Amino acid sequence: MTTGSQTEFETVIGLEVHVQLSTQTKMFCGCRNVFGSAPNTNVCPVCMGLPGSLPVVNREALRYAVRIGLALNCEINRYIKFDRKNYYYPDCPKNYQISQFDMPICYGGHLHIPVGDGQLKKIGITRAHLEEDAGKLVHAEDASLVDFNRTGTPLLEIVSEPDLRDPQEAYDYLQNLKLAISYLDVSDCDMEKGSLRCDANVSIRPAGSTAFGTKTELKNMNSFKAVRAALEYEISRQHKVVLAGEEVIQETRLWDENKLRTASMRSKEEAHDYRYFPDPDLVPFTLADSEIEAARTALPELPEAKFQRFLKDYALTEYDAGIIIQDRGMADFFESCAGIFDDYKKICNWLNGSVLQAINERKTTIAQLDISPEKLTDLIKKVDDGTISNLVAKDVFLKMLDSGKDASAIIEEEGLAQVSDEGELEGIVDALVTDNPQVVEQIQSGQEKAIGFLVGQAMKKTQGKANPKMIRELITRRLSNG
Amino acid sequence: MKLHERTAHDLLDLLKDGQTTPAEIHRSVLGQINEHDDKVHAYLRVNPAESADYSGTQPIPIAIKDNMCMEDLETTCASQILKGFRSPYDATVIRKLKESGAVLIGNTNMDEFAFGSSTENSSSGVTRNPWGLDRVPGGSSGGSAAAVAANEAIWAIGSDTGGSIRQPAAFCGVVGLKPTYGRVSRYGLIAFASSLDQIGPFTKDVTDSALLLNIIAGHDPLDSTSADVPVPDYTRALVNDVKGLKIGMPREYFVDGMDPEVKAAIEQVKTVLQDKGATFVDVSLPHTEYAVATYYIVGTAEASSNLARFDGVQYGQRRRPAETRKNPLVDMYEETRDAGFGPETKRRIILGTYSLSSGYYDAYYLRALKVRTLIKNDLEKAFEQVDAIITPTSPTTAFKIGERSADPLAMYLSDIFTIPANLSGMPAVSMPCGFSGEGLPIGLQIVTKAFDEEMLFRVAYTYEQNTDWHTKRVEL
Repeated sequence: MTTGSQTEFETVIGLEVHVQLSTQTKMFCGCRNVFGSAPNTNVCPVCMGLPGSLPVVNREALRYAVRIGLALNCEINRYIKFDRKNYYYPDCPKNYQISQFDMPICYGGHLHIPVGDGQLKKIGITRAHLEEDAGKLVHAEDASLVDFNRTGTPLLEIVSEPDLRDPQEAYDYLQNLKLAISYLDVSDCDMEKGSLRCDANVSIRPAGSTAFGTKTELKNMNSFKAVRAALEYEISRQHKVVLAGEEVIQETRLWDENKLRTASMRSKEEAHDYRYFPDPDLVPFTLADSEIEAARTALPELPEAKFQRFLKDYALTEYDAGIIIQDRGMADFFESCAGIFDDYKKICNWLNGSVLQAINERKTTIAQLDISPEKLTDLIKKVDDGTISNLVAKDVFLKMLDSGKDASAIIEEEGLAQVSDEGELEGIVDALVTDNPQVVEQIQSGQEKAIGFLVGQAMKKTQGKANPKMIRELITRRLSNG
Repeated sequence: MKLHERTAHDLLDLLKDGQTTPAEIHRSVLGQINEHDDKVHAYLRVNPAESADYSGTQPIPIAIKDNMCMEDLETTCASQILKGFRSPYDATVIRKLKESGAVLIGNTNMDEFAFGSSTENSSSGVTRNPWGLDRVPGGSSGGSAAAVAANEAIWAIGSDTGGSIRQPAAFCGVVGLKPTYGRVSRYGLIAFASSLDQIGPFTKDVTDSALLLNIIAGHDPLDSTSADVPVPDYTRALVNDVKGLKIGMPREYFVDGMDPEVKAAIEQVKTVLQDKGATFVDVSLPHTEYAVATYYIVGTAEASSNLARFDGVQYGQRRRPAETRKNPLVDMYEETRDAGFGPETKRRIILGTYSLSSGYYDAYYLRALKVRTLIKNDLEKAFEQVDAIITPTSPTTAFKIGERSADPLAMYLSDIFTIPANLSGMPAVSMPCGFSGEGLPIGLQIVTKAFDEEMLFRVAYTYEQNTDWHTKRVEL
């Protein structure tokens, strides 16, 4: 064993991500697949595991899984087979979970993550298999209650290769995985609702070693940030264990969000023997190649490709493109705008500024905001042609959202058009020059920045309606004329 | 002949001619139950007469094995653990029966969870064979077989995982059919071994068997293992003619240990069918000797998982541990299952759990699946040569109550002739073909290839039309 403080360690991380598929119905029955209903209302004999009930595979869930698999560059298993994973727990009404053991629907894929300087690292995806979700236990004072609404929700468990080398890479992998899946209309990917969940396997080994160290499995992380924090804690804990000359124990550890530490849940000795075997209630069947090819053809442009294209076609900065593509709806909206108005940078500034702010504040999506690409570009043009100032435009934008009216109507009704009448503006400039002799002196002594103060005063006097560009020109002209 | 002694097709004719009424038939059957079921104990519970609906097209009183879910009565699989369980839904078979107008008389006794060949493993007492009250009725569907034999039902429904319809049919002298796997929906049948279980009819003759299969067969979208294969009208297959048919008698089945009276009866069957123009061909099923071992590995493995859901959480009997030993949840599981399951059920759960366990899976379960394929191949190969295979249903006639309960292995071995049809999924029927010197029925088994129940009915019907065993009624 290597000890000593100078020992360099390498971290090895693999992630298991459970994604709930947003199919109309559950994985093996016709119950509605929705979140937030009253307990035990979306249930039937099948998902409650009543005696005599039998599962039937939801084909929509298969299509969703294939979609995700293809987006993650996976191979698709044509032969669809389900297995039983046997374990006792009250949230699992049959006391076995229908899952896929040796023949996952997807395998051998990968996902890229950024590693600085525009470089990408390929993270392998070992497999992704379909299974049914368990129910939810609610612990009351003297009893535990089970809500079977979630039981039977289709889940895709996506298992990465142990290719991640630090918590930030794990975080980036999760971000990109979620982003890719969010483009496919197959899942909410909402960690708060539990539609995306992540467990992490982590071990350390002396740098240069190729053998794996003993891993621990981390559970109970409720956000990507929590995954990163739990990994940081666990890696430092493992360092301490090894440096103290002890051995890391293979075990499952739970992340405690309040205490910011992991604690042992069960060790390998207590690990289950799940006694997997093929589910005799579900006869294996074969997916047609045509079905898979149709799914491949129907795949949308994925975020990575879209990002590169936006850099190239619209000359966006990596920063701007990176934000725009975070939401497929936003990216589509951008492209619609770009088809109408060719100042892509300005469109981007609007989308990543006021629009994104409104979406976040109103907890909504671009699709649900009462704004169309036509309306937004119309507003941007009004700034561009000097009808209104940028400041007024932001206000007009919010009014557009609330009223559904277009920019022209609001500008007209509220008299918000900029004052661009030279005579009127000259009067204002004259007054400012007279009232602010010290500022004038500063400007004349070469402190050009002081012009900004006068422009600001002019805007204030006109409630933002003065054309700031003209004001600036008038001031400059006036003072240079002496 | 009294109404309750008649066949369903006979009663349907009488009803058509207005010579009787559904209520009269129902009363006649209930009268027989009242008079004799304390001796036979075929039923676990009987539906009150006033709940009956006689408006359907085939209002024939039928008995249901206690492992098919129905809203009307409890469904317990004759187990303490399901005591009080009332299903909120009807099994597909029950729904189809109700749609046909069937009058559901009640639930019949069985080996707990269908684990057994004698109905002695019921938690509610044994059922007695109407042909000899000191004898078992066979099992696991012993209650359904005894009910039909005792004229306490016109016909009945059972389930067959390794012979659980055919062997009790043979012991009780009635016709018991295990259809092709996938022919009848298993939705609502409380599973023993999902890849082997199949629901089928108990009837007094072959015609009724075809009639009842007509009612219950067909594809069910709720059961992924049910076959989407068209269902013919099976009564059209009731042809008294086997001319030109080739029939096999597997040489591996006629070995030592077979009751000479049984052997002689099957030889007689051969003569009857030969007289009607059938040719007998020697066939070999070389893997027969592995069938019982294969069956008890596959069947118990599936059962260990299927029965995991009986844990006291949602339904059935729950034990509340007085004190905490491991943790309250595990204690509740253990005490509930310990109190709720009988010894044979526990034995099979342990066997099945073992063969699926890490380190044993390949040697037992996986190997058994491979042998299962070999056994199926044997039969498929045989059916390239012959149209049907005939064998005894059981090596012996009904044995005495208690005689074999101390020796589970001897009990398991008595399923040797019936198991291959389950492992291969092929249809098979047992029908009466004689009586022993002690007056106990002997069963003939006929097997055909998958989804060829028509051939099965043709051979069975021809044999029946040329013998009179099916006309015998028991005196209680």
